[in-house]
Amino acid sequence: MAEQTAPQADDGAAVETAEAAELTRRTREFLAAHPPAATERLDFLRARFAAGLAWVHYPEGLGGLGAPRALQAVVDAELEAAGAPALDTGRTGIGLGMAAPTILQHGTPEQRRRFLPPLWTGEEVWCQLFSEPGAGSDLAGLATRAVRDGDAWVVDGQKVWTSGAHHARWAILLARTDPDVPKHRGMTYFVCDMTDPGVDVRPLRQITGEAEFNEVHLAGVRVPDAQRVGAVGDGWRVAQTTLMNERVAIGGSRRLPREGGMIGVVARTWRERPELRTPDLHQRLLALWVEAEAARLAGERPRQQLAAGHPGPEGSAMKLAFASLAQRASALETELLGEEGLTYDDWTARRPETVDFLGRGAGYRYLRAKGNSIEGGTSEILLNIVAERVLGLPAEPRADKDAAWKDLPR
Amino acid sequence: MSDLLYSEAEDDLRAAVRSLLADRADPAAVLARAEAAWEADRRAAGGGRDRGADGHAGGAGPYDPALWAVLAREMGLAGLLVPEKLGGAGASHREAAVVLEELGRAVTPAPYLTGAVIAVEALLGCGAERDEVAALLTGIAAGRRTAVLALPWPTGPWRGGAARERAAATVRARPGGSAAAGRLTGAVSSVADAPAADVFLVPADDGLHAVEAAAGAVEPVTPLDLTRPLGRLVLDAAPAVRLAGAEVATAAVERALLAGAGLLAAEQLGLAEWCLATTVAYLKERRQFARPVGGFQAVKHRLARLWLQQVSARAAARAAADALARGAGDAAVTAAVAQAYCGDAAVRAAEEALQLHGGIGMTWEYPVHVYLKRAMSDRIALGTPGHHRTALAALADLPA
Ligand SMILES: Cc1cc2nc3c(=O)[nH]c(=O)nc-3n(C[C@H](O)[C@H](O)[C@H](O)COP(=O)(O)OP(=O)(O)OC[C@H]3O[C@@H](n4cnc5c(N)ncnc54)[C@H](O)[C@@H]3O)c2cc1C
Repeated sequence: MAEQTAPQADDGAAVETAEAAELTRRTREFLAAHPPAATERLDFLRARFAAGLAWVHYPEGLGGLGAPRALQAVVDAELEAAGAPALDTGRTGIGLGMAAPTILQHGTPEQRRRFLPPLWTGEEVWCQLFSEPGAGSDLAGLATRAVRDGDAWVVDGQKVWTSGAHHARWAILLARTDPDVPKHRGMTYFVCDMTDPGVDVRPLRQITGEAEFNEVHLAGVRVPDAQRVGAVGDGWRVAQTTLMNERVAIGGSRRLPREGGMIGVVARTWRERPELRTPDLHQRLLALWVEAEAARLAGERPRQQLAAGHPGPEGSAMKLAFASLAQRASALETELLGEEGLTYDDWTARRPETVDFLGRGAGYRYLRAKGNSIEGGTSEILLNIVAERVLGLPAEPRADKDAAWKDLPR
Repeated sequence: MSDLLYSEAEDDLRAAVRSLLADRADPAAVLARAEAAWEADRRAAGGGRDRGADGHAGGAGPYDPALWAVLAREMGLAGLLVPEKLGGAGASHREAAVVLEELGRAVTPAPYLTGAVIAVEALLGCGAERDEVAALLTGIAAGRRTAVLALPWPTGPWRGGAARERAAATVRARPGGSAAAGRLTGAVSSVADAPAADVFLVPADDGLHAVEAAAGAVEPVTPLDLTRPLGRLVLDAAPAVRLAGAEVATAAVERALLAGAGLLAAEQLGLAEWCLATTVAYLKERRQFARPVGGFQAVKHRLARLWLQQVSARAAARAAADALARGAGDAAVTAAVAQAYCGDAAVRAAEEALQLHGGIGMTWEYPVHVYLKRAMSDRIALGTPGHHRTALAALADLPA
């Protein structure tokens, strides 16, 4: 999530600056004026946004101070020590991690002012209307149409796998505005009001038993042109900002201590339950522990690079690594638990607002982790991206780049 | 938290070493020299003491003395870990790791891991304030002398005492005229870089001794990895100077092997990097089915996975070097993680490089096999990944 990508204060010399001292002073001043114990949660968060201490790297007036991103850690440390209310990043992850950076980079001043404050405080939850039944990995092939009608666009189509659509107030929406040009050029990016009468959200139950994601049918939804983000036809470029931030958010932007991820759960079970141990499981646990520790350190390097102002391509590797580790660690845990591994905590078709990896049983973790290598770009697609963008290997020959979208075989 | 990046000074050091090695030690030259050294050893073993047409004498090893003179003497890299007051650079394991990454990337035969890391650490563990030790460290830092710890490979840390005892069991000391001077008798097999040594640091039953190489005999062994020769050291009442008693020696050897294992990961990272970069470059050029082979997805995904592995290997190796440099409490954990991860990473990168080169990867002429042999030997040398994972069971509280 955007506000959490900042490294901790001991990560580098960058934070040992006068700027950091000034931020500490400001934060303390703010805390004195808004003592957390005596301030309503929402009032506190709104005031924090107004004071520019929400995400310090955002511009002034939009929750930030135009400060280096790494300095967020200074603010967070002060706030945490003072017992300030935390953000509910589970519910607001899509807004914070994907919608916000996109609106900041490509939105109009009015859009930024309207959407960013309640997005950050969590008063308004966001979802992502990108994937469709016919357009997943090949997102640029999407078919949901947006047709200009006066000062609005009329949107018709179907989206799928939309996480959190059932409690979202707004959506980021990618739709086709020109079917007569090649597919990457005919899309436009919008903000869609999820309370519009043409929006129909239907639960999709997933393998965990709950319905975390949805099908969203869009029928004659009117989106004001003022809610268009970026130029008409420029949707693909705008969406890249969203997708890149999504991978960072899913890949684990937060700094982890050793055993901080799913491996920690398995390691704790291992220590507490000696009766479950076998030599085979021991070897596999140690091998996975080594891999998890190497990946954790590998996730730390891009953060240090970012803090030092030299971002590298390593960040794109992290989602792949963490997906695979989460899957293998949770599988090992389920197997380790033996008889308990045969059981499941609850198959109720709930409508959760967050993904609760740690609060539920091993079986849930095992099943939910399966989605880690699909959501936000599958591992196969990410390997293509690494091969082509990092290693510079040639792209597959393809037939869909230059033909008009409407002429593509479907 | 550790600093996992490279400083500007470290980048400069890397650039200097890399350009030197590119000039003087391309893989073809390395292979030619290594093979000539082996041929010369074989001739020598067969009775002929003559030099071959290549000018190599038996026992000289695959090293390029002129290159070592630049690295050790002119650039002062042999003394990176030696304190400044002894003429060293007073630098840290972070810089030594950068040198090893580059030596790995070029599979350079040079007694750096053995002479400038393991031996130096063993000496520091004996107490640099002692005259005999200080003299040796000064000689190493000046690039005048090369010391090698006479332990049989494979020897992993975590059982340093056991390793020392194993060697000690084969080498016995007989006191000489003074407390420090004695004579050693025995043999140590598989001493890495034995042909490079001017002086051996020999663990014996009563502690750690220094023995001039000329006072012992080195019997060559045909190694899997021709670029890091092995020798059997034979001592027959060889004059020795005792550097430490049994207890201090055990700790010194443990320390040396820990640093060795932690920094070997840097060499393994360098090997893996060369393998991936070379294979990617080759497959962008190589065409089959009227396309570059590097454009086929089955191949792209394998290369992308190697890159991911390299990202983790770099982080693990960097963490180990940094922890050693800081004398961090978890240096043992980071070294074990680095060895357990990077040992496999280098072998896998070399194996994939070979496969993805097709037939040319199987040829003696093409250098992939030099990397494969080094990577495989490295994975055994200071403890296999399994050995280091087992160590982690205790270090990370994950008991069997
Ligand atoms: C838990 C979860 C939550 C999600 N939340 C959202 C959300 O909130 N909003 C949203 O818009 N989307 C969401 N998604 C959708 C997700 O982005 C897509 O499922 C994903 O991009 C894959 O698309 P697809 O399902 O159509 O699979 P497909 O694209 O049909 O892929 C099928 C298989 O083919 C492979 N494949 C496809 N193309 C290639 C290729 N070129 N090379 C090699 N292999 C290929 C894929 O890797 C996959 O294994 C969510 C998905 C999950 C699982």
